[in-house]
Amino acid sequence: MSDTAVELTRKTAADLAALVSSGDVSAVEVTLAHLERIDDIDGDVHAFLHVDSQGALASAQAVDTARRNGEPLGVLAGVPLGLKDVMAMSGIPTTCGSRILEGWRPAYDATVTRSLKNAGIVILGKTNMDEFAMGSSTEHSAYGPTHNPWDLDRIPGGSGGGSAACVASYEAALAIGTDTGGSIRQPAAVTGTVGVKPTYGGVSRYGLVALASSLDQAGPCARTVLDAALLHSVIAGHDALDSTSIDAPVPDVVASARRADVAGLRIGVVRELTGEGYQAGVQQRFDESVAILEGLGADIVEVSCPHFPYALAAYYLILPSECSSNLARFDGMRYGVRVGDDGNSSVEQVMSKTRASGFGDEVIRRIILGTYALSAGYYDAFYGQAQKVRTLIASDFDAAFAQCDVLVSPTAPTTAFRLGEKLDDPLAMYLNDIATIPANLAGTPAMSLPIGLAPEDSLPVGLQIMAPAMADDRLYNVGAALEAALLDQWGAPLLDSAPQLGGVAV
Amino acid sequence: MPSISRDEVAHLARLARLDLSEEDLAHHAAQLEVILNSVATIAEVAADDVPPMSHPVALVNVFREDVVGPSLSRDLALGSAPAVEDDRFRVPRILDEQ
Amino acid sequence: MTAMAVESVLSFDDVVSRYDPVLGLEVHVELGTETKMFCSCPTLFGAPPNTQTCPTCLGLPGSLPVLNRVAVESAIRIGLALNCKIAAWCRFARKNYFYPDMPKNFQTSQYDEPICYDGYLDIEVETADGLMPFRVQIERAHMEEDTGKSTHQGGATGRIHGADYSLVDYNRAGIPLIEIVTKPIEGAGRYAPEVARAYVTALRDLLRALDVSDVKMEQGSLRCDANASLRTSPDAPLGTRTETKNVNSLKSVERAVRYEMTRQAARLDAGERIVQETRHWHEDTGVTTSGRSKEEAEDYRYFPEPDLLPIAPAIEWVESLRAALPELPAARRTRLMTEWGVNDFEMQSMANAGALDVIEATVAAGGTQAGARKWWMGELARVANEREIELPELEITPVQVARVEALVAVGALNDKLARQVIDGVLEGAGSPDDVVAARGLAVVSDDAALLAAIEEAIAANPDAAQKIREGKPAAAGALIGAVMKATRGQADAARVRELLLTRLTTPPHPSTL
Ligand SMILES: [Mg+2]
Ligand SMILES: [Zn+2]
Repeated sequence: MSDTAVELTRKTAADLAALVSSGDVSAVEVTLAHLERIDDIDGDVHAFLHVDSQGALASAQAVDTARRNGEPLGVLAGVPLGLKDVMAMSGIPTTCGSRILEGWRPAYDATVTRSLKNAGIVILGKTNMDEFAMGSSTEHSAYGPTHNPWDLDRIPGGSGGGSAACVASYEAALAIGTDTGGSIRQPAAVTGTVGVKPTYGGVSRYGLVALASSLDQAGPCARTVLDAALLHSVIAGHDALDSTSIDAPVPDVVASARRADVAGLRIGVVRELTGEGYQAGVQQRFDESVAILEGLGADIVEVSCPHFPYALAAYYLILPSECSSNLARFDGMRYGVRVGDDGNSSVEQVMSKTRASGFGDEVIRRIILGTYALSAGYYDAFYGQAQKVRTLIASDFDAAFAQCDVLVSPTAPTTAFRLGEKLDDPLAMYLNDIATIPANLAGTPAMSLPIGLAPEDSLPVGLQIMAPAMADDRLYNVGAALEAALLDQWGAPLLDSAPQLGGVAV
Repeated sequence: MPSISRDEVAHLARLARLDLSEEDLAHHAAQLEVILNSVATIAEVAADDVPPMSHPVALVNVFREDVVGPSLSRDLALGSAPAVEDDRFRVPRILDEQ
Repeated sequence: MTAMAVESVLSFDDVVSRYDPVLGLEVHVELGTETKMFCSCPTLFGAPPNTQTCPTCLGLPGSLPVLNRVAVESAIRIGLALNCKIAAWCRFARKNYFYPDMPKNFQTSQYDEPICYDGYLDIEVETADGLMPFRVQIERAHMEEDTGKSTHQGGATGRIHGADYSLVDYNRAGIPLIEIVTKPIEGAGRYAPEVARAYVTALRDLLRALDVSDVKMEQGSLRCDANASLRTSPDAPLGTRTETKNVNSLKSVERAVRYEMTRQAARLDAGERIVQETRHWHEDTGVTTSGRSKEEAEDYRYFPEPDLLPIAPAIEWVESLRAALPELPAARRTRLMTEWGVNDFEMQSMANAGALDVIEATVAAGGTQAGARKWWMGELARVANEREIELPELEITPVQVARVEALVAVGALNDKLARQVIDGVLEGAGSPDDVVAARGLAVVSDDAALLAAIEEAIAANPDAAQKIREGKPAAAGALIGAVMKATRGQADAARVRELLLTRLTTPPHPSTL
């Protein structure tokens, strides 16, 4: 791989967009560099399930042509991106990491996909994920796990491990993730990248294959806070095709990322999301970052969210319930794989065979749990009670935001664990999302950004910033301020200390 | 603390159209019990007078005007189907009317 | 298979002498909206298979529903017309069960929060002892989506049993449905079957007046499921009920209820228990057969639909819809009874014949209401009956009927000719005037032609003529008959009589001597 190509893959999305629009570099060159990088290292990382070189080059070409014709270019025109395989993209395989959708090529584009195309963003391909976004490690992908660029024996987080890893390994400058309980933020934390879950309803869910409809939200994955803001501004906004889409102006996240000033802000540390259960190095880096924010002029207050300890339980009732219904459509009748249709079996038998062999263990586990939680006789005790606890968690946020502008916590309790380490222990796996789940239950926005390496294992640690609904801009303001202060301290981006993959030195 | 029998899981699997082997049933019965016991803690929360939250956005009355828009072409509609006959989706025999 | 075995039944009189029937009727009506409930696909009936689908109504992964405003409006208007309360806040729910004609394997419906509830519909039931007013209490009217259509291939019957496989067309999937559910209908006694029919008829007329649906039972835009149970007396606890589906005509609503009452009674008499089950009505054989047993109650795992937001109709909205309701059938009948001076039994029969619209239109087009009624309830009703179609579907329009009537009024047609003109129009031979011209059906009023015929008649009946000369005009009948015969009925009989009498009672002109 040529040095210039390597340099291109190291650039931020903002810089690449500037180079492309000035004409110093063509979008095709940028795209080729990233395709080459994927070719070099994705055998080891396995961030992509499908690479659409043809389509990527075509859209890059279109950007270059538009520029030559003097047409206005989008803020991220020509920037390569990895699209989580849970987003429908017309004509391109979309599997959600599941066997049951093997070979399905959607007849339509998700609204997010369309926004990316309209913005001239170059979609390189579809990124790996835990099957139907159920998991925190991508080990539940039917097509094999993604490996963490920091240590290929470790998990990249999940469910959006592919999106985080492709950005962390310079295969793409940007990626789209989806976050139901932390699937953007926890992978960002363990790969040393930035990930944002916008306000529920801020980004259209049309074309996002639903896991839990009332929790799912798509958002940006990037290497810098500004890049995330730029991508956020491209995909956010009202969509008439999504009833839950908020018909209000998108907060000016890009301006906030550029402001990066926390002086006078009240930042709350959530008592229930620190201390016990958090890895020492994670807690240490978190405390250092809080000190930095204080040094930047923020008022740090400790706040209590008394119902957060119940968030995990509520989540593991609400999510499986909704998912047991959302995944019912995968029956091998209209699309996807069909198993056992021997001309004699009944439709019920064929559906049951198809689903039992098409779904992986974790998916089946959650479907059974959700079917149970919704069953007559159990509904009130489980699903009904979970919905009430959800209300209490939302009011915990309200009370906290009455005292503070944003809340902070570690994003994940630990750094990246080893592949296979928690595969047989669902409960241990579920604990990864303990800090990220409350924001999904309340529908509030949250960001994870890298704040250093845990001394004990030299693996990335993420800090989570939480803001009130439709105040996504606060995430970017605080995140950018902390990012800049840390960059000063480190002298170079954290990712520079990640191993060079593909044996290429810069 | 709920305890889950193999038969209960078999019933749930039938409701969810999952053709599980005996080992699967036993395996999932055990895990479902563990998970249910861990989530059973929400029963501790006093929430009788708390309204349940079904939607994280406080919107109501989101409507679409009754205006015809484009449909998929028949070929696109049928394009991903495992089996097609006479421009219809072919499905295995249906045992009983719903 | 046992399900198809014909079961023994009890005579209806025995049934009602010893059992008290309780009914429950569930009517599904397909709204006549331009687009589906949750997507913008068209709703045309009979389009080529799978040409009216999109990601949403095909349940493609990632697709989402958006609610049709007009469907909600129609639901509220139906609720108001049924004297229902309108929910201040309600949600959709998912009804989870697997079925290949349901693309998502759940139906987006309403569960414990219907948009309309607690209403009633007053009906009149024709009984041996006259019209019986009856109030049917409405439990709820809620919104839901229709399923696709399966056709069953192979096997003997084309029925679902024994089919080798099925073919599914999703054009119908997602068409807006309103499900209207009655409270238990008690106290109908021996008239339970008639009550069932009268209720569905009244509901159909109501929905038609609201213009929310084309309410064609044969096309499935109005579907009825009839629940029936028997108990030994009105104060005994409710018996086990069966739910009879596939009742696709007003007549079969009555027949199905009657059959189910006699079947259940026979079982009870035999000391057997009624199985709670779905039963299928067979129009051809007039029996119901056992379908899915509901012994093991389904577990639909309802929960609030997270992809659709709650509906909270503003009071102003509801009241504006109430204010804009059209004249409803009951009010209209009262008005027409006074306008037309008919009694409620005549009105009932016109309503049952579905003749009110056409009669009113004929009168509006200048016809007399008596004449309009004569034609639509007589000749035309007979033809419609023969062809098994509704009056409005006949080849003839109210305006044309009014025109025929006008021609009779001016004497250009007599009754016999008018019938022939009507037949011509029904055969598609054009407007009444076209038919008159084409078939030379105009009344013969050319006196010369008549006088010639009269001379022949006189010659042929000398003694009748003589009697008239002797001042017995009553004897004219035979001669008039002869003249009418000679003119193949095209003569104006009154004119013939006039001419005949003048001819025979005035002294002959000298020149004729
Ligand atoms: Mg229904
Ligand atoms: Zn559609």
